[in-house]
Amino acid sequence: MQSLGISVLFKGMNMQRLFEGLMVTVRIAFISIVVSSLLGIVLGVIWTSKSKWLRLVCRVYLEMFRIIPILVWLFVMYFGVTTALNIDISGELVSIIVFSLWGTAEMGDIVRGALESLPKHQIDSGKAIGLSPWGLYRYILIPQAVKRMLPAAINLATRMVKTTSLVVLIGVIDVTKVGQQIIERSRIEVPTASFWVYGFVFILYFIICYPLSSISKRLENKWNG
Amino acid sequence: MNLNWQFIIDSLPLYQEAAWITLKLGFWAILISSIIGFICSIILYFEVKGLKSIVKIYIELSRNTPLLIQLFFLYFGLTKLGITLSENTCAIIGLSFLGGSYMAEAFRSGLESVSRSQIESGLSIGLSKAQLVSYVVLPQAFSVSMPSVAANCIFLLKETSIVGAIAVVDLMNVTKDLIGMYYQTFESLLMLVAAYLIIILPLSMLLTWLERRVRYAEFGN
Repeated sequence: MQSLGISVLFKGMNMQRLFEGLMVTVRIAFISIVVSSLLGIVLGVIWTSKSKWLRLVCRVYLEMFRIIPILVWLFVMYFGVTTALNIDISGELVSIIVFSLWGTAEMGDIVRGALESLPKHQIDSGKAIGLSPWGLYRYILIPQAVKRMLPAAINLATRMVKTTSLVVLIGVIDVTKVGQQIIERSRIEVPTASFWVYGFVFILYFIICYPLSSISKRLENKWNG
Repeated sequence: MNLNWQFIIDSLPLYQEAAWITLKLGFWAILISSIIGFICSIILYFEVKGLKSIVKIYIELSRNTPLLIQLFFLYFGLTKLGITLSENTCAIIGLSFLGGSYMAEAFRSGLESVSRSQIESGLSIGLSKAQLVSYVVLPQAFSVSMPSVAANCIFLLKETSIVGAIAVVDLMNVTKDLIGMYYQTFESLLMLVAAYLIIILPLSMLLTWLERRVRYAEFGN
């Protein structure tokens, strides 16, 4: 019996259901990553402004997510904001909103760091040859900044994929929840189901995150090493 | 929004207790993962044969999987194979498994920042390998890796928020129970956010200060 525990993964529709759950996880991660990359670039550019006040606002925004755990934000959004505004939004939407807000803050910091790390004379030279502000970004700053920020940005994406595992705690039917349902259902027939199912989910996350983090590491060695 | 202050005062002891559990778990997790990380970084730095690939596999496994799944696997999965752990032990093991790899990277980057000339100079004045490590390499490596070690400590303390999922009575679990039992949503969430602010804000300020200090130290070179 024990040795056959792994068969629980292939019984009936189990494998298909697990992958459907995985799709929910991937969807949340993908939408959040796209949104936060776009908004993060905007935030990062705003962040490099000279206004002290504006910089402070950006900083506080980032620190809010650095200090309070993401799970707490999910709770605040899921239980608090919905009650306060008397609205009913799904756990999936809540998690996309929270991850996007967090990702935007982190991405903004990455973009800011990359832009500020560029030597000042690059900007001055650009201005000296008469580039418009847009041209300055398009031809001078962005191509150089991208090289400096891409490894960190991919790393952030890995972190966001890993963090999507938390959505099960606010009731989203993701891959973990499907796994739990399978374990519950086969409790009698396959007592070791939880070992195999959680092990499988563990490997699934690894398969998604490992390529991302190794690309990030390789790029970092190639460009900044 | 009217807050029920009486409720907040009444639930204060619950939060206090939960905050202690968070701190306790965090303390053990930080301690054990520092030890794991230190050992792993030494193995990577000296390229100990055989062990090196094990450490590398461990680091990749722990960095590329979410803590929640690690905890579920430990708590629910292993029980079925006859290994039963209490939820607190499980949380500490899970957190240390995760933190160990982060600490290893932090220490390793410190060790690698010590320049070749430092080691050669040490050898040329006749230091033994043990002296070289303890007087030349470690002190310099330590100051470089300090900010990332501090950042990892904050990271681990924040990650303790997840252990509520395996029935540890931490801040998240207390909050969830209070919301479920009394519908005092805002009060409970306010206490939750306040608790994390109290725990992590001072540490985060310390980290900022440390980073600045180390940057000055680098300029001094």
